[in-house]
Amino acid sequence: MSNELTATDARAHEWRSRFPTVNYLNADYGIKSWLLTKDHKRIALLYLVSVTFFFLIGGAYAGAIRLELLTPQGDLVQSQTYNKLFTHHGIMMVFFFLIPSIPATLGNFLVPMMIGAKDLAFPRINLLSWYIYMLGGVLTFSALLFGGVDTGWTFYVPYSTNFSNTYVVLAGLGIFINGFSSILTGLNFIVTIHTMRAPGMTWFRLPLFIWSHYATSLIFILGTPVIAITILLIALERLAHVGIFDPALGGDPVLFQHMFWFYSHPAVYIMILPAMGVVSELIATHTRKPIFGYSFVAFSSLAIAIFGFLVWGHHLFVSSQSVYAGMIFSLISFVVAIPSAVKVFNWTATMYKGSISYDTPMLYAFAFIGLFTIGGMTGVMLAALGFDVHVTDTYFVVAHFHYIMVGGAMMGYLGGLHNWWPKITGRMYPEGWGRFAALVVFVGFNLTFFPQFLLGYMGMPRRYHAYPADVPLWQVLHVMSTAGASILGIGLLIPGVYFLWSMRYGRFAPANPWPATGLEWRTPSPPPTENFAVTPVVTWEAYEYRPVEEMRVIGPGESAEQAAGVQPPLDRAET
Amino acid sequence: MSLTGAMLLTQVSVPQVSVPFSPEQASTFAPHVDALYAYLLLITIFFSTLITLLLVVFAVKYRRRQPDEVPRPISGSMVLELTWTIVPLLIAMTIFVWGASTYFKAYRVPHQAMEVYVVAKQWMWKFQHQTGQREINELHVPVGARVKLTMTTEDVIHSLYVPAFRIKQDVVPGRYTQLWFEATKTGSYYLFCAEYCGTNHSGMGGHVIVMEPTAYEQWLAGGAGAESAAAQGQKLFQERGCASCHQTDPAGQQGRGPTLYGLFGKQQAIEGDGTVAVDESYIRESILDPQAKLALGFQPIMPTFRNQVNEEQILQLIAYIRSLGQPQGGESGGTAQGGGGTTTGPTTGGASPTTERSNPLAPTSPRQGNPSPQLPPRVGQGGAANANRRQ
Repeated sequence: MSNELTATDARAHEWRSRFPTVNYLNADYGIKSWLLTKDHKRIALLYLVSVTFFFLIGGAYAGAIRLELLTPQGDLVQSQTYNKLFTHHGIMMVFFFLIPSIPATLGNFLVPMMIGAKDLAFPRINLLSWYIYMLGGVLTFSALLFGGVDTGWTFYVPYSTNFSNTYVVLAGLGIFINGFSSILTGLNFIVTIHTMRAPGMTWFRLPLFIWSHYATSLIFILGTPVIAITILLIALERLAHVGIFDPALGGDPVLFQHMFWFYSHPAVYIMILPAMGVVSELIATHTRKPIFGYSFVAFSSLAIAIFGFLVWGHHLFVSSQSVYAGMIFSLISFVVAIPSAVKVFNWTATMYKGSISYDTPMLYAFAFIGLFTIGGMTGVMLAALGFDVHVTDTYFVVAHFHYIMVGGAMMGYLGGLHNWWPKITGRMYPEGWGRFAALVVFVGFNLTFFPQFLLGYMGMPRRYHAYPADVPLWQVLHVMSTAGASILGIGLLIPGVYFLWSMRYGRFAPANPWPATGLEWRTPSPPPTENFAVTPVVTWEAYEYRPVEEMRVIGPGESAEQAAGVQPPLDRAET
Repeated sequence: MSLTGAMLLTQVSVPQVSVPFSPEQASTFAPHVDALYAYLLLITIFFSTLITLLLVVFAVKYRRRQPDEVPRPISGSMVLELTWTIVPLLIAMTIFVWGASTYFKAYRVPHQAMEVYVVAKQWMWKFQHQTGQREINELHVPVGARVKLTMTTEDVIHSLYVPAFRIKQDVVPGRYTQLWFEATKTGSYYLFCAEYCGTNHSGMGGHVIVMEPTAYEQWLAGGAGAESAAAQGQKLFQERGCASCHQTDPAGQQGRGPTLYGLFGKQQAIEGDGTVAVDESYIRESILDPQAKLALGFQPIMPTFRNQVNEEQILQLIAYIRSLGQPQGGESGGTAQGGGGTTTGPTTGGASPTTERSNPLAPTSPRQGNPSPQLPPRVGQGGAANANRRQ
C-alpha cells in the first residue's frame, strides 16, 4: 500500500485537497447517469426524491382530513370524498412512504458503507427495485387520480370485493407490484450483510443500524409475499367471483383480516425497526459512547422481527375471532413489547455519563425515545383485551399508531437524514434552523395526536366524516388536533427548504463532522463511487471511540480535511 | 337469577374509579374497563415519566462541555438488562390477566337474558325484540336487565359500539355474533358503527335508550300491531312451505325433513361423522345451505332458501323453531313463549317495512347505582310480553 504514495500520487493528492474531490455525485453527469446507475448511493437518492414526493401527496391528504374535522358537520367535502381522503392518506403513507423510507434511502446508502463494502451484493437488482417501486407508485397514484379508492388502506372484505365501486384493483395492483421492490431490497440487504462485510467486521462489530436492517429484511422477504397473495385473492374475487372471502360463495370475510394483518402487523415493525437502528447510531454518535448492552439491543431487533409475526390476531379482538385465540394473541403481544422496552432502557442508559450534544440529530433521537415510549405503552394498553374492546377502531388507535409511525419512524427518519446529510451531500445543513424545526415538529406532533387519545377513550370512532356536535369536548379536541397538524406541516416544510438550500449554499462538510465511529465516516464526504479508496480492515469494536488513531479517515478525504484546516476534534483531544 | 349475575360480575371487587375524559359509565361492564384503564394509565404515566426524567436529567447533567471530550465507555450490565427485561414482563403479565378476565366477562354471554335480534345494513341498525317490536337506529332496553344481542349483517362488516357501555362487537356477514350488556343507568346513549362500512359510515349510528322497567313495559305496550318474532317466524314457516317437510308437532309423523319440535339446543347427528349443536348458526346454515351439515338419515333434497328469505326473516324463523317444544313458562330461553303454533295475532307481514318508533315515555331522572336485584332478567317473558300478545 505504501508504495502507492509515489510523487505523482502525492501531486494528485494535493490537487484533490484543493478542489472538491471526485465523488459519487460528480463522477458522472446527465439524467442517464442517474436513471441507469448501479451505485447504491445514487439509487438511495432516487428513492429519497420519490419517497419525498409520495410523502407530500400523503401529507396533503392528511391536511384535508384535518380541515374537514374542524367542524362536527361534514361540510368541507362529501362523505364519499372524505372516505377517499383517508384511504389515499393511508395507502400513500404506509406503502409508498413509511415502508421504503428508511430502508430504501438511508439503508441503501449506508448498509454497504457501514460494513465496508463497495456496493450492495446485487447492484442491478437494487436499481430494479427502484423501478418496480416507481411502477407500483405510479399505478396506485393514477388509481387515486382517476377517481380514487374508498376502502380504507386495510381493504377489508366484503366491502372491497363486492361493494366498493372504486379503483380497488388498480390501486391493489400498484401495491402488489410495490411489494416486489421490498422483497428485492430485503434480499439484497441480507446477502450483502452476510457476504460483503469488510475484513474484521464481525457480526458483533456491526453497527446496530445493520442489525435492525437485517431484521427488517427478514420481515420484507417473509411477510411481503403474504400481502401480495392477499391482494391477488381480492382481485380474483372482484373480477372472477372466486369464493375466498365472500360468505355467499362459501368464503370467510374474517380470513381476509387474518391474512391482511399477518403482513400488516409485521409491516409496522418494518417501519419502526430501521428507525430504531437509526436512533442507536444517533445516540452513540451524539453521546460519544458505545450503546449500552449492545448485544441486547441487537438481539431485541431479531426478537421483534420473529415475535412480530405471531401477534397479528390482536387486530381482531372484536372481529368474532375465538375468545381463546384472542387471549393467546394478547399474551404474545405483551411478550413482543419487551424487546422494545429493552431498547428504550438501553438507549437511556447509554446517555448516562455520556457527552451529550444538542445537535439536531440528537434532538430527534430524544423525541423518538419519548414519543416511542408513549406509542409503545399505549400499544401495551391496546394489547389488554378488555380495554381494547372499548377503544379499538376509535381515535385511541389512530393516536397510538401515529405515535409509533410519526413519533417513531418519522422522527428516526428525520434524525437520520440530518445525521447523514453531510455524508450524502458533502454539505452541512444550518444547525440553528435544524434545531428550530425539530422543536416545531415535536410541538406540532404532540398537539396533533395527543388529543386523539382522549377522543378515542371518549368513544369517537375512526374514519368518521362527521361526528356528534353535542358530545362535550369532541370538537375542542379536533380543533386542537387540526391546529397541531398545521404546526407539524410547517415544521416538516422547514427542513425541506433548508436541505435544498444547503445543497448549494451549505458549509462544506468534513469527512467526519460529528465525529462518529462508523466506517461511513472514514471516507470523504461525499464518498467516492467505490466508497473506500482502500478496503477498510476493522480492528475495533462497534462505537469504540478509542484508540483515536483508528478514527482516522481512510483515503484522500483525510488530506482534504487537513488542507481545509479542519482537524477532527478527537485529534486535538489526544494531543 | 340476576343476583348470581351480579355476583358473577363483581367476583373481583372493582374500585369505583372515574377516569378523566371518559364517557358516562352506563353498564355493569363500564366500571371494569375504566378500572383497567386507570391501572394502565398509572403504569404508562410511571414509565413515560421515568424515561422522560432520565432523559432530561442526563441531557442536562452530561451535556457536552468541551467539543473534543470523549467519555469513558460503559459496555453494559447483565443485572440491569435482566431487571429491565423481567420487571416489565411481570408487569405485562398482570395486565394480560386483568385484560383477559375483563374480556372473558364481556364475551361470555349469559344464558338468561332478554334477547334482541340485530340486523345491520348499509347504513342502519335494525333491531327486533322477541315480542315483535322493531326499531331502526334506536334500541329501547330496560335498566338492570341483561340484554343479549344476536347480530348479523345483510352486506358488509359493521361493528356495534356503545361507548357508555364500553362494548363493541363486529357484525359479520354469513354468521351470527353475540354481545350482551346490562345497563345500569337510564338515559340515551350513543350507538355507533365502529367498522368502516362505506359512504355513510359516520351516519350509521343512533341511540340506546335505557328506561325504567315500568316505562319500558309501557313503551312495549305502545307497539300496537306488533306480533312476536316467533309468531312472525311461524307465518313465514307456513308461507314458504317449510311445514310440508318439517313436522312441528311432536305427535305427528316424521316428514321428509327432521321434526323441529324440541330440536333447538339439542345435539344433532349429521351425515358423515359427528354431531352438531342445534343453535342459531346451525339453523341459519341449514336454511341457506341445507347440505352443508345434513341431519343423519335424511335425503339431501332440501332446496336452498338463499335470496328467498332475508336475514331478518331467518332470525324470525329461528325464533319460531326455538319456541317449538320449549317448556311453557319455563326458565330456559329468552323467546316469547308461543307454544306449538298457538299464537294467533294480527297479521303484520314479516317482511313489511318497519316504522321507526320513538320512545313514548321519555326517561325520567337518570338512575344511579346498581340494578335492583329483584328485577327479573328476562323482562320479555313477563308482563310485557303477555300484554303485547293480548293485542
